[in-house]
Amino acid sequence: MSGFMTTFGLWLSVFFTLSIFSFLYKDNPFYKLSEQIFVGLSAAYWLVYLYYSVMVPNLFNKLFTDFKGNLILLIPTALGLMMLLRLIPKAQWLSRYPIAIMIGTSAGINMVRYAKTDLLGQISATMINPFASDNVITVIGNILLIVGTICGVYFFYFSKKQEGIRAVPSKLGIWFLMISFGASFGYTVMARISLLIGRLEFLLKDWLHIIK
Amino acid sequence: MKKVILISGILFFSTLLFAQSTFFWIEDVPWDDGKALNIKANVPADTVYLQKALEDGTWETIYTGKGRSLSFTQNELNPDIKYRYRLLVPRPAFNDTIFFMAEAQPKEQWFYLHKLSYLLILLAVSIAIIYYVQNARKGKDYYIRRISGLDCIEDSIGRATEKGKPILFVPGIMDLDDIQTISSLTILSHLAHKAAEYDTEIIVPCRFSMVLSAAREVVKEAYIKAEKPDAYNQDRIFYLTDDQFGYVAGIDGIMVREQPAANFFLGSFYAESLILAETGFSTGAIQTAGTAQASQLPFFVVSCDYTLIGEELFAASAYLSRDPQQLGSLKGHDFGKLLVILLIIAGVITEMSGWHWFKAFFEGAQ
Repeated sequence: MSGFMTTFGLWLSVFFTLSIFSFLYKDNPFYKLSEQIFVGLSAAYWLVYLYYSVMVPNLFNKLFTDFKGNLILLIPTALGLMMLLRLIPKAQWLSRYPIAIMIGTSAGINMVRYAKTDLLGQISATMINPFASDNVITVIGNILLIVGTICGVYFFYFSKKQEGIRAVPSKLGIWFLMISFGASFGYTVMARISLLIGRLEFLLKDWLHIIK
Repeated sequence: MKKVILISGILFFSTLLFAQSTFFWIEDVPWDDGKALNIKANVPADTVYLQKALEDGTWETIYTGKGRSLSFTQNELNPDIKYRYRLLVPRPAFNDTIFFMAEAQPKEQWFYLHKLSYLLILLAVSIAIIYYVQNARKGKDYYIRRISGLDCIEDSIGRATEKGKPILFVPGIMDLDDIQTISSLTILSHLAHKAAEYDTEIIVPCRFSMVLSAAREVVKEAYIKAEKPDAYNQDRIFYLTDDQFGYVAGIDGIMVREQPAANFFLGSFYAESLILAETGFSTGAIQTAGTAQASQLPFFVVSCDYTLIGEELFAASAYLSRDPQQLGSLKGHDFGKLLVILLIIAGVITEMSGWHWFKAFFEGAQ
């Protein structure tokens, strides 16, 4: 029985892989079928997964079996119930409060996090002596790093007209950004090709046994 | 027997004499979160062993090296717990080992002074934002340069209206705790308002329940503001799935079947960016994308008509609304960018001059 299920699973995987690939030609019933199954299955999977991995251990278990007067638990319970009130048109307005709390806290937490990692990290990493190395290539690299960072930041300076001399760092900044995008594009395309190779390997090795 | 007594005597004597000595001492790291101790020693020995007492009574060697001007910082400790250390100093000439003992407990302080630079920068930027917002409230008009990616929004809606086709808005694949999603929803508000004015349908597929609720609220508000509450159709703002690629497969299907005339991909995107943008391109829709994910921007740049790069996404709300208060806030952000540029230049100059304290001041906050 397990042998049959393995073979059945393999053929099912092949069917869905080819159905998804068929979208490269055009939208068709096979793609539609696999898309709908994928969307529906994944929605159901995540519902069950989140219920058992988040709600049960973090809330329900603590609330019903290990409460110990931990009143803090009542806050997410209340906020969760307020969100569910969206289902009742007259009480729908109450769901705005958990949304507001979520947006406010995440904005506050992220401001601190990003200021620390992105802002200060970037500033101190760029504070370098470009001529510290004996290697000419490293010196050029350091100068490019400093100039690129400054011009890149200046490109996003919105409240001044970027004309005349002011336009120079901005134009340099967009050049630096585009070159880095090009490099990033090439790097990621390589990674995506490896994903395609993985899928082709599944078809040719596991299914057709053409390659070993 | 005499030797054993002699060694024991030396050990006992040295323990008593030097327990709190200037040879070996421990200081709490000042102005920190109470998780580090500075262990210091000054003994004329080439090799010393610094050991920490473990809970099971054994000793763990945490440093081996010279004993002169030794300064060792031990991190990842717990505040208000006493830690014991000993310094073993082998004396080959006497064929024995003396040791010094010391103990201390790290204390958490109210302020972590090594993060002072962090506080100063945040204060400077916050004060600038408040100052410019106040000025804007008093009626001062701030200039904001053209952002072509945002100028096109109205054209895109106009095109969708002319063709009688809907607009597709994808608020990224992250939840409401991502600042890009929040920014995306502020643009959705403006977009929905325009769509309501032009009587153009707007489709918003969402990946998370919180984003769905917020998006519905935002679009509903926009329709009410545009005085067309009856035109609001909440079924067009819907949940697809939490799964990343399931979500993308669903959106691809919508793009192919509903053929929206304008696609907006604004928010946080990852590996799915090219899949979305390519499918949208194949349908002939006018596409605007925006994200602060540096690794995904290249895909949007090559496959979309307009791209909002990083900071432009966050400036969108002020740019589109032209609300003086938001423009004041944007001006404050610009002050922050100028400050960053000046600090980098100052840091490079000080590093070249050999004054490393300046960089260390900013590195301390990491």
